[in-house]
Amino acid sequence: MSPDNTLPAWTDPPGLWGFLTTVDHKRIAARYVVTTIAMMFLAGMLALDMRLQLSGPDMGRMGPQEYNESFSLHGSTMMFLVAVPVMEAMGLWLVPLMLGQRNVAFPRLSAFSYWLYLGGILMLWVPHALGITPDLGWFEYAPLSGPAYSPGHRADIWAQMITFTEVAALAASVNLAATILKMRPPGMSLARMPMFLWAMLIASLMTIFALPAVMLVTSMLIADRMVSTHFFNVAGGGDPLLFQHLFWFFGHPEVYIIFIPAVGFVSSIVETFARRPLFGYRFMVLALVAIGVLAFGLWVHHMFAVGLPRIGNAFYTAASMLIALPAGIQIFCWIATLWDGRGIRFATPLLWVIGFIITFVIGGLTGVMAAAAPLDLQLTDTYFIVAHFHYVLVGGAMFPLFGAFAYWYPKATGRLMSERWGKIAFALIFGGFNLGFFPMHLLGLMGMPRRIYTYGPEMGWGTLNLVATIGVAIAILGGVIFVANAWISYWRGRPAGADPWGGPTLEWATSSPPPPHNFDWVPVVEGFTPLWDAPEGLPVMTGLPEDRRKVMITSASTATAEYLQGSPGPSIWPLIAGLAVSVMFVGSIFTPWAVAIGAVPIGAALTAWFWPKRKRATTGPLGGRPA
Amino acid sequence: MGRTAAMIRTLFLCFLLGGCAGVQTPLDPAGLQSAQLLSLFGLMLWVCGVAYVLVLGFLGWSLWRARRRIAAETAPEVNPVHRGLSRGLWGWTAFVATGLLLLAIASFLTDWTLARAERRGAIEVSVTGHQWWWRIQYRDPASGQWIETANELHLPQDRTTLIRLGAADVIHSFWIPNVAGKMDVIPGRANQLALTPRRAGWFRGQCAEFCGPQHAHMALDVKVESPAEFTAWLAAQAKPAAAGGDPTALAVVTAGPCAACHMIRGTDAKGRVGPDLTHLASRRSLAAGTLPMSRGAVQGWVAQPRAIKPGTMMPPVPLSGPQADAVSRYLMALK
Amino acid sequence: MSEAPPIRVVGDVAHFPGSATGARHLVWWGNLGFMLIEGTAFLLAGGAYLYLMGHSPGWPPQGDGLPDLLGGTVFTLCLLASELPNRWLSAQAKAKNERHVRLGSLLMTGLGLILIGIRALELGHLNVRWDQDAYGSVVWMLMVLHTSHVATDLGDTGVQMVWLFTHEIGDDQYADVSDNCNYWTFVVLAWLPIYILVYWMPRWV
Repeated sequence: MSPDNTLPAWTDPPGLWGFLTTVDHKRIAARYVVTTIAMMFLAGMLALDMRLQLSGPDMGRMGPQEYNESFSLHGSTMMFLVAVPVMEAMGLWLVPLMLGQRNVAFPRLSAFSYWLYLGGILMLWVPHALGITPDLGWFEYAPLSGPAYSPGHRADIWAQMITFTEVAALAASVNLAATILKMRPPGMSLARMPMFLWAMLIASLMTIFALPAVMLVTSMLIADRMVSTHFFNVAGGGDPLLFQHLFWFFGHPEVYIIFIPAVGFVSSIVETFARRPLFGYRFMVLALVAIGVLAFGLWVHHMFAVGLPRIGNAFYTAASMLIALPAGIQIFCWIATLWDGRGIRFATPLLWVIGFIITFVIGGLTGVMAAAAPLDLQLTDTYFIVAHFHYVLVGGAMFPLFGAFAYWYPKATGRLMSERWGKIAFALIFGGFNLGFFPMHLLGLMGMPRRIYTYGPEMGWGTLNLVATIGVAIAILGGVIFVANAWISYWRGRPAGADPWGGPTLEWATSSPPPPHNFDWVPVVEGFTPLWDAPEGLPVMTGLPEDRRKVMITSASTATAEYLQGSPGPSIWPLIAGLAVSVMFVGSIFTPWAVAIGAVPIGAALTAWFWPKRKRATTGPLGGRPA
Repeated sequence: MGRTAAMIRTLFLCFLLGGCAGVQTPLDPAGLQSAQLLSLFGLMLWVCGVAYVLVLGFLGWSLWRARRRIAAETAPEVNPVHRGLSRGLWGWTAFVATGLLLLAIASFLTDWTLARAERRGAIEVSVTGHQWWWRIQYRDPASGQWIETANELHLPQDRTTLIRLGAADVIHSFWIPNVAGKMDVIPGRANQLALTPRRAGWFRGQCAEFCGPQHAHMALDVKVESPAEFTAWLAAQAKPAAAGGDPTALAVVTAGPCAACHMIRGTDAKGRVGPDLTHLASRRSLAAGTLPMSRGAVQGWVAQPRAIKPGTMMPPVPLSGPQADAVSRYLMALK
Repeated sequence: MSEAPPIRVVGDVAHFPGSATGARHLVWWGNLGFMLIEGTAFLLAGGAYLYLMGHSPGWPPQGDGLPDLLGGTVFTLCLLASELPNRWLSAQAKAKNERHVRLGSLLMTGLGLILIGIRALELGHLNVRWDQDAYGSVVWMLMVLHTSHVATDLGDTGVQMVWLFTHEIGDDQYADVSDNCNYWTFVVLAWLPIYILVYWMPRWV
């Protein structure tokens, strides 16, 4: 099978038009991933800026306004423009391939999702270029973000950026959930689904239930600021804590939405490199579901210092500690798979998994510490927490992501990344990260609060801050090498072939890179390691048409084949609809009428998008002459 | 066990850090609350430390055990059965569950102990967070009057002071790590924090919730002293400022721009927008812990507050040389 | 291992049907996804209402008027009544009855317009402004959320209706009609708790 084996029905128009109208999940995911890497780089530069400012007392390199903009932009970019989108993008690329499918459930929706994501980036970064950067943090608490204390539009810009990215994320999640539920290959019941697909399914479902909270709270904030509502205004009977409850109801599941796909990455990599199916598959699935559900019951642990009743806090302490149990089970199962494998291949993806275990567990343990409500009163809002969340987000999500990138890069590009430079990048990033962030635990315990642009020499925080800066700089250097490796290998890497790692899942059954239609046939599956289960030949079914876009739809639980669904081809309407929505979102920062006026072009674009292409009616009151 | 462990940990960390016996750190507890919390932290370190060692040990063992190099072509293990691993999983689950239960119980016990210590304080204190300073008010037990100061809190040793917390504008967080955990001050909400200091000395608190451009410069000095010294200090703070003074200074301070925002009891300066200045010079630092108290600092602050704290609400007060000298001398006499 | 694995053909899929109805149909699941998203938003908005209510010494606060019961109740009854032609239309779509589906969607579009008219009157009789206090803000938020719900479904139904009259109707379009009916049912059901919160909670408390 070679990439030249393309089917005309599945090819995109050439050139720029093809770029703008494609609904090929692989192309959309690739541009998504590349964009998130660019945003990660920008956010990393902001981090370096902040670290330089804090590397000594009274540095004077940045004033408070500049520093506050930096941490706000860094946090908002990393959380809304990198962490969640990159996981969605990896899912968008990988899910159809791992399902033996030709595309996602709603191909145009995935294109729309990207354009809105891009809109979110522009919503935040264009104002930054123009000097109106949001400066109230990544969670902009009221009343500081309210009309009385933040005049102007910075807070609205932040709130509306979230609207963009939240719509993009919801669209991607509905898409992926529907794909995983209804487009599995015949025989892949839920009990035979690879862990990665379980992870994406649960992360998508969590997104559906969590993101509306942030949509609601940012809309309420804009309303307070623009039309004088009183949701968070004490004088009008509102409550600043309502903001916090709604925000963290979203915010806590959000971090698990980021972490859970990484669980999927780790499971995939461990299986392949230990050459053994995942140990404790059933427990892993149950643990994942438990984490997905429990994550919605923890949000108050971000509010322990707010003065809520002790009994309530105690409940959230118990729940927050409880979630460590399924996480601990997962750690055991991964290590057990390595322990019981045929041997271990120490290729770069596995190094990232090892780095993940070493780093993430530290973050999880400091999380258990912070879960104790009374102790959290010393830890919260200090650099201890900064250390904690970077350990879980970088160690727990980014390291698996880098491993996944190295692991699936050959499938996407047809070439292998350099192992040598991959290992160097790993060493620099892993070492630099730990050198950079471990001292922050100590700084928090030495009394350093968060979000301060400077500190005096008498505080004694200078040395550890300098060490942290050096570590972060080393990690960034490693990041640059990682990206350079990816770029250079694209042109000069060794050809990979269809299955360079000997993996167990369906994406390795097609060429590297896959043709636009991914697979020539529909696979039939009997276990969660299909390629290993059938060394004598993967069972497949032929018969998908070559002249039209059709995909196989199966039942939600047992994956029995049901029918063939027509799959939409290239379309300009997702882009046009995205533009119309963007104009409305941006306009509604300035006037509420933008919603009503903006609805018109959006309605027109959506109508064109969904307008079915069928013949004119020959019956009924508006029927024309037969064609 | 908890206390010893905590002490060992603290010493170890102090050795590492060489600077943790500080005035703004939870690692050097000077109060009942912070001591309880450090004990809890010590227990956490032990339990979490053991867990981490076990994880790394298992990982290391796996990597060692599977160290024979294999290739992509090596046939995978398709039907693995390993009873030992299943037993291991149950054992590990039991260990984690037990550990979490232990830590949760320890947390509840700590919380309960701290709650019991929260009785009505020896003296009523009200702290209000402003952008970017702390209004501190003591209720005089004798007269029932409120005695106001700013940015410096005195506490009687071995007594519990129950602080009533409020916010004037946005959310701040009141934190004196050597004595207790933090508590947010939230507009429209009455929070309270019990402080039971056990060791005399000077400590430092700092705002711990982002509250705008000068969040970094919103600290407070805390002095823990014997009850007798405390009573004496409070009595001195209750007195109004001495009458009279240099007319040049008075024209600016009590009859001029300063009076619009500041209060100096005993004079015509009755503004409530900014900190009370009645006993300004008795404080250890200026502008919420930003500068050590001195005549130069006061003069510089009055002339260019926004150079020292960009974004501060206090406008610069342009004064001639002699005026500036007179004003700073007058303010430094407000002991 | 570098090459793609061998395959063995065990069947052919060309004979499978080209469409499906109800929960078998893929788009039904997308519809469900969007209902879950919006349902969650309504639940949280209702939660915000109850939170602010618990936070307030009086509800509605001193001086605020109660929303006129007439408008809300008329709307509710008309909305519930619209469920009957809605369910009929859904059955006609499952039966693939071209004439009835066209008629039904015209009827639903008309009913939707009437309901929007009633809603406009309702909004004029809430007896509180959104910028008066938190009570006013949250009442208006609930009403605006549901109104945009109704309006977008009306838009959907209207466009669909025009298309149905001007084109040959295929299986996928019958499924779309059925999905749209389900969404209307969701709009009706979502209204009921909001009706209770906006019109009855302040009278009971």
